[in-house]
Amino acid sequence: MIEQTIFYILAAVALAGTLLAITEKHPVHAIMYLVTSLFSMAVIFYLLMAPLVAVFEVILYAGAIMVLFLFVIMMLDLGHPEKGISPHWKEWLPALLLSGISITSLAAIIVSRHATVSVCPAAQPIREVARRLFQEHGMAVELVSLQLLFALVGALYLGKAPSPPTTLPEKEVVKSPGEGVTL
Amino acid sequence: MTAFSLDITLFAIKLALVFFVILTLAAYLVFAERRILAWVQDRKGPNRVGPFGLLQPLADLIKLLTKEDVIPGAADRWLFYLAPAMAAIPAILIFSVIPFGAPLTIFGRNLPLVVADLNVGLLFFLSLSSIAVYGVAIGGWASNSKYALLGGIRGLAQLISYELSMGLSLVPIVMLSRSFNMADIVAAQATIPFIVYQPLAFIIFMLSITAECKRIPFDLPEAEGELVAGFHTEYSGMRFGLFFVGEYINIIVLGGLAATFFLGGWHGPLLPPTVWFSFKTLAVAFFFIWMRGTLPRLRYDQLMHLGWKVLTPLALVNILITGWWLALK
Repeated sequence: MIEQTIFYILAAVALAGTLLAITEKHPVHAIMYLVTSLFSMAVIFYLLMAPLVAVFEVILYAGAIMVLFLFVIMMLDLGHPEKGISPHWKEWLPALLLSGISITSLAAIIVSRHATVSVCPAAQPIREVARRLFQEHGMAVELVSLQLLFALVGALYLGKAPSPPTTLPEKEVVKSPGEGVTL
Repeated sequence: MTAFSLDITLFAIKLALVFFVILTLAAYLVFAERRILAWVQDRKGPNRVGPFGLLQPLADLIKLLTKEDVIPGAADRWLFYLAPAMAAIPAILIFSVIPFGAPLTIFGRNLPLVVADLNVGLLFFLSLSSIAVYGVAIGGWASNSKYALLGGIRGLAQLISYELSMGLSLVPIVMLSRSFNMADIVAAQATIPFIVYQPLAFIIFMLSITAECKRIPFDLPEAEGELVAGFHTEYSGMRFGLFFVGEYINIIVLGGLAATFFLGGWHGPLLPPTVWFSFKTLAVAFFFIWMRGTLPRLRYDQLMHLGWKVLTPLALVNILITGWWLALK
């Protein structure tokens, strides 16, 4: 009973943290929300009798990856990326397509698998958790890991240098006639 | 009284005792540091409040609590409020996995002298020490001051770099004791402490924890000569006090960890286990203070050079040698 209450509190914190991390416009605040969410996830893993996963969640995600994010943001001083130009609808399309596929597949899996979901299984060794995760829910794990692809595409889009004004290269070509233009 | 409620009561007493001892010890470590530093530098140190100045920590506490809590106008309010707690809480939490004495038996109930006997105790320490970075970084960033930001960024880079060599220097300990559990690690050193087998790992660990708690010669995040006070330049009153006490709690906790991993934990002849543990912990703390009185500060590039090009490769080689030794034994 106590464990279930703690689970629901932590789940709510994790969901709220993730939601705020997505909607928050300030990158440092977004990171702090995400770290909160990761922490709650870690404690949920601990409740599920998987202390190793819980500790790795904190060491790897909250302690290493998020710290590096913070370091890069503090070093680079990105200014206000949210005030930049909004993407064209053609650039929205792949993201929409991929997330559509992923959400539909997840929904299909959940609907087809209306089995019992026990919130707090009795002491499960880590071997058993791994077996169930990758044998019974292998497809769902793969789908969730597709998220990394979305992040990659997003990072590529954000990191793409703004295309230079079209007039500049022409002027350079005009300035040096006869020579091969090397860029 | 049922067995269950007896267990709960004993646990609560243990928890309160640990909290009290750690916080008092941290306050008196500040006093000890000031006196020892004064002694090293041929001064007197604080000796006016109470006999031998022993009430100085209390006077400091009253001063810090009654001071005005200044918040810079352009600071990020919430993160500025939270950062000192983010620095101090992980330090206190790490102590929960350190066994500070042999298990006791009270009223027929078994009472292990450790707050939480986790089977991933060593990893729990690594995870919390990686979290402790946020206090420094966020404190420096939220102040919205150039000195504080520089201190925060330095702190981030330094803590990330030295966490690596610290984690790697502990791998041979796990290889020798075959467990992540702190109690098992202490039990494996019942006859011979690991410092005998792993002197190199001990040196790497000591250097890394000195950098982790930002002490001279690795105190670049708060370098007084260049950055005023580094990441806590803009803090005043008890918020500054929390950063400060957090640092000293960190020293005690890391001393306890060095004792647990390398110096045999609470094992020792004649004296009671808890006394041995306190003695080893305070010896490491004294070593930190002694270094502060002796060594100059490293330059930033020297710090990075030492971490990445010397300590990390050495720790990896040490793991390799330990592996060979264990395979051939």
